[in-house]
Amino acid sequence: MSFLVLENVHVYYGGVHALKGVSLTVEQGEIVTLIGANGAGKTTTLRAVCAQVKVREGRVTFQGRDITNQPTHEVVSLGIGHVPEGRRIFSRLTVKENLDIGAFSVRDKSLVKRRLEQVFACFPRLKERLNQKAGTLSGGEQQMLAIGRALMSEPSLLLLDEPSMGLAPVVVEQIFDILKDLNQRGTTLLLVEQNAFQALQLAHRGYVIQNGEIRMADAARTLLENEEVKAAYLA
Amino acid sequence: MIAQTLQSLPQVLVDGVTLGAVYATVAIGYTMVYGILELINFAHGEIFMSGAFIGTAILLVLNGAGWLAHLPKLLVLLLTLLVAMALTGLLGMGIERVAYRPLRHAPRLIPLISAIGVSFVLQDVVRFIAEWRTGNYIVTGVTLYGSEVNFGSITVKSNALFVLGAAVVMMAGLDLFVRKTKWGTAMRAVAQDKDTAALMSINVNRVIALTFFMGSALGGATGVLFAQQYGTIDPYIGFILGLKAFTAAVLGGIGNIRGAMFGGFVLGILEMFASAELGPLTGGVLGAEYKDVFAFIILIAVLLFKPEGLFGQAVKEKV
Ligand SMILES: Nc1ncnc2c1ncn2[C@@H]1O[C@H](COP(=O)(O)OP(=O)(O)O)[C@@H](O)[C@H]1O
Ligand SMILES: [Mg+2]
Repeated sequence: MSFLVLENVHVYYGGVHALKGVSLTVEQGEIVTLIGANGAGKTTTLRAVCAQVKVREGRVTFQGRDITNQPTHEVVSLGIGHVPEGRRIFSRLTVKENLDIGAFSVRDKSLVKRRLEQVFACFPRLKERLNQKAGTLSGGEQQMLAIGRALMSEPSLLLLDEPSMGLAPVVVEQIFDILKDLNQRGTTLLLVEQNAFQALQLAHRGYVIQNGEIRMADAARTLLENEEVKAAYLA
Repeated sequence: MIAQTLQSLPQVLVDGVTLGAVYATVAIGYTMVYGILELINFAHGEIFMSGAFIGTAILLVLNGAGWLAHLPKLLVLLLTLLVAMALTGLLGMGIERVAYRPLRHAPRLIPLISAIGVSFVLQDVVRFIAEWRTGNYIVTGVTLYGSEVNFGSITVKSNALFVLGAAVVMMAGLDLFVRKTKWGTAMRAVAQDKDTAALMSINVNRVIALTFFMGSALGGATGVLFAQQYGTIDPYIGFILGLKAFTAAVLGGIGNIRGAMFGGFVLGILEMFASAELGPLTGGVLGAEYKDVFAFIILIAVLLFKPEGLFGQAVKEKV
């Protein structure tokens, strides 16, 4: 049984057929990346997992459980963390409040405290800015906050939507290192990226999406060598 | 003339602060709902009015049964407030569920029209019940604290002290709730970004329902206090008062709870000042009856020159 399965998923925005039967699987412990050009349907695929868009046809299962079109707050409380495109931190809340909100479903306060310490271990910068409004952080810090916030619920599956977007190369490297580390400690990752080269280097397997359809699926290393992929996404 | 104005100023301030407390607590209801749904809940004035009628009904029934004389007044007031808050809170939640939630993704004008419809329904239902039970839609209630207290040249109805006291306690409680508790933080998160709040496993609909409950309970409690302060109520008191409380909310920066409180007090004081001094200051050209116009001139001026209010969002958002 695969950890996360999308089977023939169709999504529409009004008349726009954004996903045309997307199927993909993620096994427990893997890093899987979904790469593709702007507008290919990467974000929509992640949003379909968390029921932020309506799946018109097809099925999404997580740990064997059908989660298709279930309410978002219920889906994520099964153990899915989502770092959305554009970070979407709560800019009017403080850094601390953002992190607390990430642990909204956690009742045990000592557990929240422990996880907060773990997040600080990954992102020491956040600790320095704890009582600052999140909107005043730099782009890189905001991305760290978005990831830290998702980690506060200790998800078994973490969905990341272009975490490298708009960030300096050094910061991107830092974030990818942390992702690798998280994975080694047991978190399964589904990583959406336009930055295909770095994503494929990090991932075990990759999918290429084009116009709402999966075009290729292979080991990440194989995709890195693939001429078509090289020409389209690694140029 | 200036000396005369100065002399009456303390009384104007006391009356203004009392009226301001009423505006402030009602304004909070507008601002909370706007903050979370970007909807002007036009029915909020009618929730205030319903609270006034529920409180009055409770007291009339207790009085009719002959219990009122035997119970401690403070206990009666507290119980009346709590029952009215629970009922108006549920009323507000019900209105959201029935009249707004199905329209959440409709163009913004549609829920606004729905809100105005709810206002009319509430006015008519309350009028119907009032006429059925008392024979008249204008109802004079039971005043618990009718006496007056004198501080030097200032006269204060002892009721006003309860209005002010209860309003301050409720506002402080709400402010603490929104700032310090888990659900209060969730409320602010939902107000900023519903989709992302849902990703934090927050049940957004539940937070919205809670927002309506709290804002409406506050409005309902203020209705009870208003009925105590002014004695006579009718089903249409929510309209003008609602508009003024909305003005207060806009003045403070709609969506901003502390702003609404501040706006309420400013408006109350300005209005009392206008009511007392407009005649003397203009040599009798403009009388006290212009005080309402005065409030709406403020609304228009704010909308024209500082539409984000005095306390518009302070944090710049980086993308
Ligand atoms: N809210 C929306 N309304 C209408 N069309 C949308 C919306 N979001 C995305 N789309 C369309 O769906 C397609 C896939 O978009 P998206 O999943 O955001 O792509 P990606 O993340 O790969 O850039 C694009 O054609 C885009 O224009
Ligand atoms: Mg995208």
